Amino acid sequence: DLFRASQLPAETLHQITELCGAKRVGYFGATQFYIALKLIAAAQSGLPVRIESIKCELPLPRFMMSKNDGEIRFGNPTELHGTKVQIPYLTTEKNSFKRMDDEDKQQETQSPTMSPLASPPSSPPHYQRVSLSHGYSKLRSSAEQMHPAPYEARQPLVQPEGSSSGGPGTKPLRHQASLIRSFSVERELQDNSSYPDEPWRITEEQREYYVNQFRSLQPDPSSFISGSVAKNFFTKSKLSIPELSYIWELSDADCDGALTLPEFCAAFHLIVARKNGYPLPEGLPPTLQPEYLQAAFPKPKWDCQLFDSYSESLPANQQPRDLNRMEKTSVKDMADLPVPTQDVTSDDKQALKSTINEALSKDVSEDPATSKDSNSLKARPRSRSYSSTSIEEAMKRGEDPPTPPPRPQKTHSRASSLDLNKVFQPSVPATKSGLLPPPPALPPRPCPSQSEQVSEAELLPQLSRAPSQAAESSPAKKDVPYSQPPSKPIRRKFRPENQATENQEPSTAASGPASAATMKPHPTVQKQSSKQKKAIQTAIRKNKEANAVLARLNSELQQQLKEVHQERIALENQLEQLRPVTVL
Amino acid sequence: MAVCIAVIAKENYPLYIRSTPTENELRFHYMVHTSLDVVDEKISAMGKALVDQRELYLGLLYPTEDYKVYGYVTNSKVKFVMVVDSSNTALRDNEIRSMFRKLHNSYTDVMCNPFYNPGDRIQSSGSVSLSRAFDNMVTSMMIQVC
Repeated sequence: DLFRASQLPAETLHQITELCGAKRVGYFGATQFYIALKLIAAAQSGLPVRIESIKCELPLPRFMMSKNDGEIRFGNPTELHGTKVQIPYLTTEKNSFKRMDDEDKQQETQSPTMSPLASPPSSPPHYQRVSLSHGYSKLRSSAEQMHPAPYEARQPLVQPEGSSSGGPGTKPLRHQASLIRSFSVERELQDNSSYPDEPWRITEEQREYYVNQFRSLQPDPSSFISGSVAKNFFTKSKLSIPELSYIWELSDADCDGALTLPEFCAAFHLIVARKNGYPLPEGLPPTLQPEYLQAAFPKPKWDCQLFDSYSESLPANQQPRDLNRMEKTSVKDMADLPVPTQDVTSDDKQALKSTINEALSKDVSEDPATSKDSNSLKARPRSRSYSSTSIEEAMKRGEDPPTPPPRPQKTHSRASSLDLNKVFQPSVPATKSGLLPPPPALPPRPCPSQSEQVSEAELLPQLSRAPSQAAESSPAKKDVPYSQPPSKPIRRKFRPENQATENQEPSTAASGPASAATMKPHPTVQKQSSKQKKAIQTAIRKNKEANAVLARLNSELQQQLKEVHQERIALENQLEQLRPVTVL
Repeated sequence: MAVCIAVIAKENYPLYIRSTPTENELRFHYMVHTSLDVVDEKISAMGKALVDQRELYLGLLYPTEDYKVYGYVTNSKVKFVMVVDSSNTALRDNEIRSMFRKLHNSYTDVMCNPFYNPGDRIQSSGSVSLSRAFDNMVTSMMIQVC
């Protein structure tokens, strides 16, 4: 019935069934079904029905169901078994957006009825999760109205095989992009949509953000973050220690006590997911495996180099690559009007490059906003308005933020700008080892001064005054920061924030007065009285955070003290033991 | 195979102790505790010899009528004690050694976790385990019924 609904001629269907080996098997197993659907899609798009056509990227087959076009997505045949569904999602999304067809197309994947009933149970949760995202819910609501209940039941992205991972991952990404295009307002929704069905897949924006944070901790992207550094960093996420420990267990695959970039991204992603309420998985999801992450995202770079290298690596065509390629192509599809890439790699590559450029520019501009948003997810309750305003600011400003805005919650203050981060970052690695030693007395000092600066800066929104304020605060801040570089990094670590934008307002100590001066007028212009309140709030938050940090510092120091004592005792014992020996 | 496995810290307090759910769990705890004396004795037996020369695997600490107790100590003076059912005569020394090696490996994995403070109990806390891998490994060792 399903196949008949695809409205293909009967002979084609026969051909398809033959090809997918159903005859051989005697029934439609999951694999066969997937293949069959793929072939249907190919046939519908006019391709000859061949096994090879499966390898291409195909649009989703269209099944004329009772009420709408059911677009069924399924994984690429190469990754049928337990991997991801990508392009289908994306193409679907894209198609829906581009063609501006009825909202039906924006529907989630509908696993065919044949899919094991494992999916229906998981679909409700997925469905719910998806509806988390506003953007998605919008689509959904319209879609829901159109679709009868059975479709909804079949919705979930989780493929029949229960391959919960994968698929939706890229979908969120594309969805984001498309959302941006079509709905300018849905900045925040982007992040929500980045989590809908596939929480374990890292989107581009997220990835970039993670990499940035990695860089802030460890300038060399190819080396490790040591355990203590990572611990401090992740502790800022305010998750409980057992959970953090568990996340570490999951993400440190080689158990070496240090995190490489992929491991770090995985851990970060898990933390973010956890903060948003997703239960931690039992095992590391396939999309977060370091190998996958490494292959999927080769050396991250901030310019087109990334994508160039990416397209170069395309021929390498490993499975993960395929995935990403598909992602890219879907991006490309999104970029241009969706002529479903019925072609093969060559086209993809070229399209990729063009898309990449587009996506890049898009990404870069979106990056601050989206990363802010993604970060805002972390502190949704608090920073909602914050992030939105900051995002708007970012958009208005149209500059590329120096680094992805840190999470909104931890912001201590405008004063704790990224600039300060930049100031300390060079000193951070150097002082990492001596992280604890910096006198705890120092942190309190800057806090009040900074908060003063912050409040000062914030309370004087006027342009004329702001620059002068900024000028004043920046030198002051410069002094303060340099006096206690080590402690700053601790606090600033997780700073993600929309505050980044605001931070740049008051002072850009690190980036130098010149640029600071230029930046100051920009932000100050946009600073409104509403910022004042936020300034106060941030100051409060910052102080609380500083308190927490100090407490932690204290406990760590005490522990160190204990250990040192023990060592001393041991050494003394050894000494005593050796003494009689030497006497002899 | 093992009836009880215990990890004891340098200061001789237990970091982790787990026994198969039979009655008299306390009995195992007591046995482990008394075995600590034997362990200390073996450690100090080196005397003037350097610590490096001491083997990590201590071997059979002492047999009781029902059980045999094996010991293993790490370089940081963390002791692993394993109580094995005596009826399991098939257990050879090498097997015990390999079990201890596995224990040691998963213990170091737990150590590598920066969120684990040395000296903390290795435990499961609520839904999230502080050392799920460690737990699983221990469980696998204990459930292996020959």
